Parts: sequence; C-alpha cells; structure tokens
Amino acid sequence: MRHVSRGPLHVAIIVICLLWMLPSVGLFVSSLRPRDVIATTGWWTSFTTPFEFTLTNYEQVVSAQGMGQSFINSLIISVPVTVFVVIVAAFAAYAFSWMDLPGGDTIFLIVVGLIVVPIQLTLIPVLQMFASSGLTGTFPAVWLAHTAYGLPFAVFLLRNFFIALPKDLLESAFLEGASHRRVFFRIVMPLSVPSLAALGIFQFLWVWNDLLVALVYLGGSRSVAPMTVTVSNLVSSFGSEWHLLTAAAFVSMLLPLAIFFALQRYFVEGILAGAVKG
Amino acid sequence: MAGVHFEHVTKRFGDFTALKEFDLEIHDREFLVLVGPSGCGKSTALRMLAGLEDITEGSIYIGDRRVNGIPAKDRDIAMVFQSYALYPHMTVFDNIAFGLRLRKTPKDELTKKVKDAADTLGVDTLLDRKPGQLSGGQRQRVAVARAIVREPQVFLLDEPLSNLDAKLRVHTRAEISKLHQRLGTTFVYVTHDQTEAMTMADRIAVMNEGIIQQVGSPQELYDEPVNVFVAGFIGSPAMNFFSAKAVENGEGLRLDGDGFAVDVPQDRAEEMRAFLDREMIFGVRPENIHDKDFVPSGITAAPTTVTVDVTEPMGNEVFLHLLAGKTKLLARVDPRTTVSADDEVEVVIDMERMHIFDPESREAVRTA
Ligand SMILES: Nc1ncnc2c1ncn2[C@@H]1O[C@H](COP(=O)(O)OP(=O)(O)OP(=O)(O)O)[C@@H](O)[C@H]1O
Ligand SMILES: [Mg+2]
Repeated sequence: MRHVSRGPLHVAIIVICLLWMLPSVGLFVSSLRPRDVIATTGWWTSFTTPFEFTLTNYEQVVSAQGMGQSFINSLIISVPVTVFVVIVAAFAAYAFSWMDLPGGDTIFLIVVGLIVVPIQLTLIPVLQMFASSGLTGTFPAVWLAHTAYGLPFAVFLLRNFFIALPKDLLESAFLEGASHRRVFFRIVMPLSVPSLAALGIFQFLWVWNDLLVALVYLGGSRSVAPMTVTVSNLVSSFGSEWHLLTAAAFVSMLLPLAIFFALQRYFVEGILAGAVKG
Repeated sequence: MAGVHFEHVTKRFGDFTALKEFDLEIHDREFLVLVGPSGCGKSTALRMLAGLEDITEGSIYIGDRRVNGIPAKDRDIAMVFQSYALYPHMTVFDNIAFGLRLRKTPKDELTKKVKDAADTLGVDTLLDRKPGQLSGGQRQRVAVARAIVREPQVFLLDEPLSNLDAKLRVHTRAEISKLHQRLGTTFVYVTHDQTEAMTMADRIAVMNEGIIQQVGSPQELYDEPVNVFVAGFIGSPAMNFFSAKAVENGEGLRLDGDGFAVDVPQDRAEEMRAFLDREMIFGVRPENIHDKDFVPSGITAAPTTVTVDVTEPMGNEVFLHLLAGKTKLLARVDPRTTVSADDEVEVVIDMERMHIFDPESREAVRTA
C-alpha cells in the first residue's frame, strides 16, 4: 500500500521543487551572462548557444554599485537584532511560562495580540519619535524597531516551546535548590537549542530581507543602506540594467542560502519541535 | 532527619477540593506509604509537602518548622518523580551532582559523594552516559541516587516503580526498603498499589477522594479496617462483601443473605443480636473461607452451601469462585481440595474473622 502510493507522491514533490527553484536558477544563470546577451535572449538559451558566461556583473555590482558596503550594513543590522530578539524573548517567555507573575497571563495575551498590529500603522508615530530623538538614519533606530516588531511573535513562539517542557524536570531542579536563573540557564536554555536556533534563523531572515523598515527609518543614504535598499535603488536608477539587478539579487541571497545549508538540521528540528512529542 | 506533620491541610483547585482536612503525623525515620486509588490526592499531598503546590488551608511542619510559604528549594527535601525527571542533556554524573553543585560542594567531596551514591544504587558504571542511553530500571536508580546524594531531611517518592516491569518492581521494592534502613531518613512513598504499601511500609495511610481513611501498620489495616473502603482496598485478592440480615431462627441466629444462609455459631450470636433484623454489610477475606475437608482447627466455623463457578489452581492454593445465591464469593482454599466447577459444595466461613459494616456510614461495627 505504502509503496504503491509513494511513487506518484515523489514525482509530485520533485515537480513542485523544480517549479519553485526555476526562478532562482534563472536568476543565477542570468546573473552570469553578459549584458547584451541578457537583453536579447532568454536565460535557458545559454545552454544551447556557445557558452558565454562572465563574472563582470558581480565585479561591477560589488564595487561600483556599493553592494559590498550594503552587505556589511545588512549584517550590522541583522545580527544584533537577531541576538536581541532571541535573548529578550527567551527571558520573557520563561517568565510567562514558569514564574508566578501576577497578571502574567493577561500581559502575555496583550503581547500576543500585538502580532496582529500591522507594521504600517506604526511607521509614522515611530518615525516621529526617532526624528525627535535624532535616531533617524542611524543603526540603533532599525535595531530598536526590528527588535520591537520581532518580539511579540518571538515571545509567543518560545513561550509555547518552554511551557511544553516537562514540568517535572523544572520542578525537580527547583527542589534541588536551583533558582529561576539557574533553571533558565542550566535546564531551559540547553533543552531549547533547536527552538532558539529556529527562531534565530527566521528572525535573521526576516530582518535580512526587510525593505520597508530599513527604507523608512534609515532612508536611502548609501553609508547605512542594507542590500534590500540598494537592490531596489538599482531597479529605479537602472530600470533596464538586468545584468546588474540579477547579480545584485543573487548577492543578497547568498547569506540566507549559506545559513540554510549550514543549519538545515535546526530548521527541520525547529519546525517539528512543537509538532512531535520530543 | 525530621518528622513531618500535616495539620488540617486542605487543598482546593478552583472549586474542586483535592484534599480535605488532611491530618497526618509522620515520625522521624519512618517509612510511611500513602496509598489510594488514582486521583485521590496522593501526589497533591506530596507536592504540597515538597513545596510545589500552595497550601490552601492548614499547616505543614517539617521537624519543628512550619513550611507554608517556604519555597521548595529551602525545604531540604528530595523527591523521586514518577517520570524520574532526569535532565536529558546532562550525563548521569552531572545529573547526580546537580544539587551538590548548587550548594558549592568542593570538587573532591562532590566527586566522592556522587560516586558513593552511584555505588549504592549500582549505577557507578553508567556515570558518563546520558539518560536517553539508559533502560527504565537504570533511570529509576539514577533518579534515586540523585535524591539521596544530598542527604535530605525527608525523602519523597511518587510512584517510582510504576514504569518498571513486574519482576524489576519486586526487586526494586526490596532495594528501596534496604535503602531506607541504611539511610535512616524519613521516607514518604506514594503508590496506588496496595502490595507495594503492604510490603514496604512501617505505616500506611489509606486515602480516598482527598480524605484519609485510616492510618496504621500494614497488619492493623489488614486485620482491623475501619470501613468498607479500607477493607476492600487492602488485601489481594480483595475481601468479599455481601449484604445479609441476622435473624432469629428458633434456637439460634442465622445470617440471611440473598439466596443463601449461614448459621451463626453460639459464641458469636450474642454480639450480632445488637443489629438484629437490620441489613448489614458483611466482609470476609478469601482465606477465611475454607473447603470443609481442610478446615484448620481453632476457628469459629460456620458452614454454608454454595455452588462452585470456576476453580483457579495456583499451585500453592486454589481460588474458588463461588456463587451463593446471587452473591459472588472468592475463596482461597487448600490445594488438596477435590471440588470442581459446577459442584454444589459445603464451605466453612471463619466467623471469628468476619467483618461487619454499617450500610449507611460504611464504617466497621466489628472487625476481626
Ligand atoms: N493543577 C490542578 N488543577 C486542578 N485539579 C488538579 C490539579 N492537580 C490535580 N488535580 C486534581 O486533584 C485530584 C488529585 O490529583 P493527584 O494528582 O493528587 O492524584 P493522585 O492520587 O496522585 O492520582 P494518581 O495515582 O493517578 O497519580 C485529581 O482529581 C486531579 O484531577
Ligand atoms: Mg499521582
């Protein structure tokens, strides 16, 4: 029975995977083709016509178009935000799940409720606040904004992981004389590595791929612009410069791809962590 | 080392009362077993003693200290959980050492204590493994080792054997008894298994629906149960109960049950006249119903005629499922018995060992 149904299933999965990968492959192939070739033929023809591949697009993008600087900027924005969100959310989630806070459940509900508030609603008031405190256009502005936007979901996610930890384990540690701090660092953190990693990866990707928040709070100035902003500037200033756009897009995908392949184990575990009784 | 005292302790979860007016004095160095059916509040009582659950009303004392409101970590108590609650990311050594490290025990003392505890429980060869690499029995030992290593004042065990197979359970039962003798600490042991309670306890507290029914030594509970619940709970196979009336029958007294009758021997008759003509609950243990050919001497014999439904030879004894009218009785008789299924036979009930309960209060009127 199982063997009968597996064949078509596999075929379907492979077909879907291929369809999903096609645009990325096209992007990658295009990014390696010279400018005039891109403009005249489709990327799929490059396998039949004489090989015409080049790295000049990349050279140009990284040096002349400021993608190198943007790459650094993206890192400067994403890494601290990810660290902040994971740490703060872990503390909060622990408190919500294992400490007797007066009104804790209500506060938790309010925090979770914030997930549904659209970012757009907050842009203007927050921008005004940043402007009056002189933060606009600086990295701390996006750090604060991204951390705040990321926390509700992060707290929600981690709290649900933490509360599913076996109660006996924590109680046993308390009985042995452990304080909340001990239990958090020695028991809860080590047992939650997969979920912390999953949250970290997602948070990093969200911030890495974010355009809106960066554009609003940082503006377009080259010295602070992350890659998303730089790529979108490419679109507007070189409307038809496909060779640069494809290369730039691919550069901005590199790190997420690397992270994905390096940490795939945590991706799978993290996603399943809540679904399968561990 | 210290005794424990529950004083009028009540525990409510919302409007559900899990423990009612719980009064229990546990002596220093005693092995006390809390036993009762599932959901009767045993774990709740233990968790309140450990400080894992608030006390709604009343007081709990450990030694002379009232511990209401004192957090678990300051009560100097160790507990073995039913699930063992071993830290899965730590080695066995680190699991056992966890509490000692929190107390900043010097390193060589710590190593020595961990090794000693591991030796005592026979897990000294497993110190480098993680809990996931241990069998159920080994995990249970590690959990006990972790609890004893701190030398707590009171040692709590919540159904520690329920995850083990039958053979290992019998073996570990004896080990825990030995451990208690060696450590000389107060043990409070929770179980729903009356056999565990009988074999290990100095004293047993039988609970039902959040209320203590009776506290006493295993033999006391067996011989003198104060109510129908304790009588039925302690002892395996369980006591037989039947309703019957004591009625005058010419020269003597007879017990008139549903479709069967037993003549009451003269020397018991006087006592039973106290509730003449009232329907009472009678209880007799299976071993106090004898095959008429193998009646031990010195009992107050009351013969009655019954039908044999099923026989179950066990080797050292035979269980007879008997039908006396509509009443079902289980008898545990001499293995030399010759009765077989569907026979109509005469059995002899030991009247001296007959328990009598009031049908309304369900309390014992007379215990053997
Ligand atoms: N946190 C809680 N909230 C509400 N009711 C609870 C809670 N904990 C326990 N109870 C109830 O209290 C009663 C006693 O529970 P407890 O765990 O003490 O039973 P137990 O005697 O240990 O049973 P078992 O042998 O099954 O472990 C049960 O009816 C249970 O449903
Ligand atoms: Mg229990």
